[in-house]
Amino acid sequence: MEKWQDNRAWFLVLPVFVIVAFSAIIPLLTVINYSVQDIFGPGQRVFVGAEWFKEVLGDKRLHAALWRQFLFSGLVLLIEIPLGIIIALTMPKKGWGASASLVTLALPLLIPWNVIGTIWIIFTRPDIGLFGATINKLGMSFDHTASSLDAWVTLMLMEVWHWTPLVALLAYAGLRAIPEAYYQAAKVDGASSWSVFRHIQLPKMRGVLTIAVLLRFMDSFLIYAEPFVLTGGGPGNSTTFLSIYLVKIAVGQFDLGPAAAFSLIYFLIILLFSWLFYQALQNAGKGEG
Amino acid sequence: MKIKKRAFILGFYFFIMLLPIYWMLNMSLRTNADILNSFALYPHNPTLSNYIKIFTDSSWYSGYLNSILYVSINTLISLITALPAAYAFSRYRFLGDKQVFFWLLTNRMAPAAVFLLPFFQLYSTFGLIDTHIAVAFAHCLFNVPLAVWILEGFMSGVPIEIDETAFIDGYGFSRFFMTIFIPLIRAGVGVTAFFCFMFSWVELLLARTLTTTNAKPIAATMTRTVSATGLDWGLLAAAGILTIIPGALVIWFVRNHMAKGFAMGRV
Repeated sequence: MEKWQDNRAWFLVLPVFVIVAFSAIIPLLTVINYSVQDIFGPGQRVFVGAEWFKEVLGDKRLHAALWRQFLFSGLVLLIEIPLGIIIALTMPKKGWGASASLVTLALPLLIPWNVIGTIWIIFTRPDIGLFGATINKLGMSFDHTASSLDAWVTLMLMEVWHWTPLVALLAYAGLRAIPEAYYQAAKVDGASSWSVFRHIQLPKMRGVLTIAVLLRFMDSFLIYAEPFVLTGGGPGNSTTFLSIYLVKIAVGQFDLGPAAAFSLIYFLIILLFSWLFYQALQNAGKGEG
Repeated sequence: MKIKKRAFILGFYFFIMLLPIYWMLNMSLRTNADILNSFALYPHNPTLSNYIKIFTDSSWYSGYLNSILYVSINTLISLITALPAAYAFSRYRFLGDKQVFFWLLTNRMAPAAVFLLPFFQLYSTFGLIDTHIAVAFAHCLFNVPLAVWILEGFMSGVPIEIDETAFIDGYGFSRFFMTIFIPLIRAGVGVTAFFCFMFSWVELLLARTLTTTNAKPIAATMTRTVSATGLDWGLLAAAGILTIIPGALVIWFVRNHMAKGFAMGRV
């Protein structure tokens, strides 16, 4: 299965290229522009070179937010990817059960992000929330506004609840794309369900899982609205993730220079890790197809 | 036995997953005073007053119409532009193919806050602020790359020999693409349409920045329920329940395409 070599394929890509470049290039230039200047007001700006980058890289609170962010995204990937695959494997292949599962699965994904936070505030409130009240009835104290651990637990629950369906939907669509003949061949060979998973389903899901891992990594690394609504970054700074800190600098202190430098570093970190994940997943499938 | 175990795992997961949504439904059927006064597992005096308010107040229901309009435009643009591009990436090798493919995705990697000011200036220049088309275009930034990536994955699952055979049989490109290829990857098209719809539907920051009244999205309207007297939980919950419905309809329509998937030998 060899790809055709033809530069005219660019004509097929052109509409996408134009539409994305149109949206992407101007913001990028604006951010680079801000990141090397000190802006006092309209028409009053001084070139400061790498000043803001030095300031941002030396910021202790930013380092703390960065580690928090890595912990968060790491946990997200470790929980959501396996759980999503398990859900996809347990879903019925056809019939009303498949339809019902698909629609049910999609529900959390369809709620606007600011509303997600609000739902979880209601859900976890000790007085009127089902979760909060139940936990308190069991004799454990639970308050995500006072304890950092509780805040993290709530955030992780919310995140897993919200986004595992995305992984499951992708994995499910990937599973459905495997021709029946593969399963029949495995049946003839008397393969166990584990080896069917390991040697047929998992390699065939590589494409969709690559997208799932990249999407979950990027979006969890950029998470803003949900923790902002639920915890506001607290208690203390315990759930202040990178984007919350960024908005604090940009809007709260109106330091556009450092905020722009911060955005660029932020972007480069995500770029680097996405690239590593992408390469790792591409290579993982070599020779298994 | 094995089937039962699977059904049990899935049922348990769905039970847990639906709890927060059930709680929102519960809240939406009660008045705000009732919600704050007592803890109740189900609404003792169910009322539709929250829903009636949303359906009779144009500032509420127009939010839904605005969101549905720009989300639909965005989904259409994303699919129409992404289908040929994904085909190119899955079938051809050309100058800069790998770089462009990855570059597309990098547009999802910057914090949304970065785009607010430049986008506002850009769309102001064209006089497009507060139009549905502005939001639809702005959301292309993250939906078009996603659509290309998902579709490319599905297209690469189709053996290239199918294309070659069709071309030998005398099919032109567009006829082959529309009548043979797209039906083969309709699972992918269904998933992609749903994802574009979903990501555009839930995005708030850009949509709110680019609109004031005429194209204001429902998610922005919902932030208004924060008033001097605190949150109106009931109204917010009812609005939340209603935000789920359009997307649920979309996935209902594409469900068969997702479930049937790819069958070899149909060509």
